[in-house]
Amino acid sequence: MRFIDEYRDAKLAQHYARLIAQIVTRPWTIMEVCGGQTHSIIKFGIDELLPKEITLVHGPGCPVCVTPIEIIDKAIEIASRPNVIFCSFGDMLRVPGSKTDLLFVKAQGGDVRIVYSPLDALKLAKENPDREVVFFAVGFETTAPANAMAVHQAYLQNVKNFSLLVSHVLVPPAMEAILSSPHNRVQGFLAAGHVCTVMGYTEYEPIAKKYKVPIVVTGFEPLDILQGIYMCVKQLEEGRYDVENQYTRSVRREGNIKAQELIREVFRVVPRKWRGIGEIPHSGLGLTEKYKEFDAESKFGLTDRSIEESSECIAGLVLQGVKKPHECPAFGTRCTPEHPLGAPMVSSEGACAAYYRYRRASKDG
Amino acid sequence: MAKDFALSCPIPISEYPQILLAHGGGGMLMHQLIEKVFGAAFANEYLNERHDGAIISIRRAAGGGTMHGPGEAWLAFTTDSYVVRPLFFPGGDIGKLAVYGTVNDLAMCGARPLFLSAGFILEEGLPIETLWRIVQSMREAAQTAHVQIVTGDTKVVDKGKGDGIFINTSGIGIIEHNFVISPKSVRPGDCILLNGDVGRHGIAIMAVREGLSFESEIESDCAPLASIVMKLIEEQIELHCLRDLTRGGLASALNEIARAAGVSISIDESAVPVREDVQGACEILGLDPLYVANEGRFIAFVAPKDAERALRILKDFSQDAALIGRVLEQPAGIVTLRSRIGAQRILDMLSGEQLPRIC
Repeated sequence: MRFIDEYRDAKLAQHYARLIAQIVTRPWTIMEVCGGQTHSIIKFGIDELLPKEITLVHGPGCPVCVTPIEIIDKAIEIASRPNVIFCSFGDMLRVPGSKTDLLFVKAQGGDVRIVYSPLDALKLAKENPDREVVFFAVGFETTAPANAMAVHQAYLQNVKNFSLLVSHVLVPPAMEAILSSPHNRVQGFLAAGHVCTVMGYTEYEPIAKKYKVPIVVTGFEPLDILQGIYMCVKQLEEGRYDVENQYTRSVRREGNIKAQELIREVFRVVPRKWRGIGEIPHSGLGLTEKYKEFDAESKFGLTDRSIEESSECIAGLVLQGVKKPHECPAFGTRCTPEHPLGAPMVSSEGACAAYYRYRRASKDG
Repeated sequence: MAKDFALSCPIPISEYPQILLAHGGGGMLMHQLIEKVFGAAFANEYLNERHDGAIISIRRAAGGGTMHGPGEAWLAFTTDSYVVRPLFFPGGDIGKLAVYGTVNDLAMCGARPLFLSAGFILEEGLPIETLWRIVQSMREAAQTAHVQIVTGDTKVVDKGKGDGIFINTSGIGIIEHNFVISPKSVRPGDCILLNGDVGRHGIAIMAVREGLSFESEIESDCAPLASIVMKLIEEQIELHCLRDLTRGGLASALNEIARAAGVSISIDESAVPVREDVQGACEILGLDPLYVANEGRFIAFVAPKDAERALRILKDFSQDAALIGRVLEQPAGIVTLRSRIGAQRILDMLSGEQLPRIC
């Protein structure tokens, strides 16, 4: 189909792989930040086309994977209440909390619904004025504008029975956290194209400069990713560390100003715990004072608590690009998509799930 | 910021103690349910075949058999239940599905469908007019598929205990040839043919159910397959196995057969026809059309010598029919796919339902 097939052309893909092989002179480790890119790489086998010098490691950009267990438990607690319609994007339903998951709550009679947009949840709230409708607002900067819009609309229309359970996260602080960790092995980044469509890429310029890493804003189709890798390798080989934009058909340097204004109107920057990684300062979004009444956590009187997670899963190392999924001893044995130990085995964007689905037979992935 | 992070992960949730929707999704959980619960409890030589239906031999009082000598007739017997929501969708309705679904299961056994039963579980409050429309649709579908609905049953449950109407149909068909059509007949070298584009039924249902609208209306592919199969048999195509692509889509059907036959299957992604509007919907929702349900699609495992001829026959019914792959010896039980950009990967069975992703 148009605008899809062009970016999946086998001949062009192999041409780009050859171009990369021609310019590479030594080993480089590049991280694709976004789970959507990870999924594309594994699904299309993009890494198999690359010269052996290039190692791709998979980043923390899977919203399902990094949503902290405490928030999942809160979601389960809210969804289990009798008067609640709990709305979520589909792939959050199977993420394990400390004891159970949202699908299980649904099986026990909880009113858990998959929606495709937070505005659908707002519509449900208006249709069911005697019930509390809660939307599970997770994701990166990509999903923030729509979530902000839902709250803003609820505010304007005075919808009182609508609230958000917010667990928004931001990409640049996570990149900084990875770069400043003693485990770090990442030498260049493919930044997440859709996040940059909203936010632009000026935020990445000081990071590239400070850590001397090239950052290439990259799309999601095979040719996008191959071109992004080419641009990144070229910079590495030439000793440059600029922010470049591969995804020009979608991303402008300043991003989507209107969307950013809406985000700033509804959300403020807060510290946020990342599942498997830990708390990162200034790395999340929470509702501003003006929209506090739409905060499900305070509406339902949920208190903060810290939950210890099992140490068997190495999700944190995988999300920081330190280890690959198949290097985990539990991979494919005690941890499978049917019975995930950790969130990266759940979502289609999770690196472990992608390896399990597409790479299980060969452990050399 | 330079500090190292605590690396931890959740406590395992080892088994699901209750039925989840995903247990009916056609993926790994359903496969486990069948193996561990039903297969284990009811094990016998017919069920152990894990076919779309059972193939049973009936001794006749006097001659006229068609297989394994006179006095013996071979029948295919199958059952299926229909719980689709919405009851009416573009390209079909629950009644049409209930007839064609069971007819197709019989066709996949290589049988000519003859008789169906129909069991109705009706929810208190269902408008009679709705029931009448469904029954009319079943009547038309039965005529189209050349079957008769010869017995039935009706139960009514309290309001709230059903979703308007559930239908169960069982079917009997007769086998009039000497091919053993079963996963166990699949051989390395076999060609895999697909009778048309995939993914339409699942996307049509999802579009109505979730209120998604696309530029053009996507209609279900719901259709009877018996006449195509009968044509293949009539033309003496050496058929090894047939499987219709319902829940779990093409990927699940291929995996089921690779496992049951103990062979490897290799398919070419770019050879699998997907209509542009279906592809577009899948791109938006983050779904893979290879896992999306169909109601009028099947794959045929055919001896290589007959593949070209079989493809021509399939193309007489739909121009989109295609040769999508081949059977290999190793690695046994694994389906691999050559991606559009030319790399190899596994095409796995899905663990539960496909869940639309976040972004």
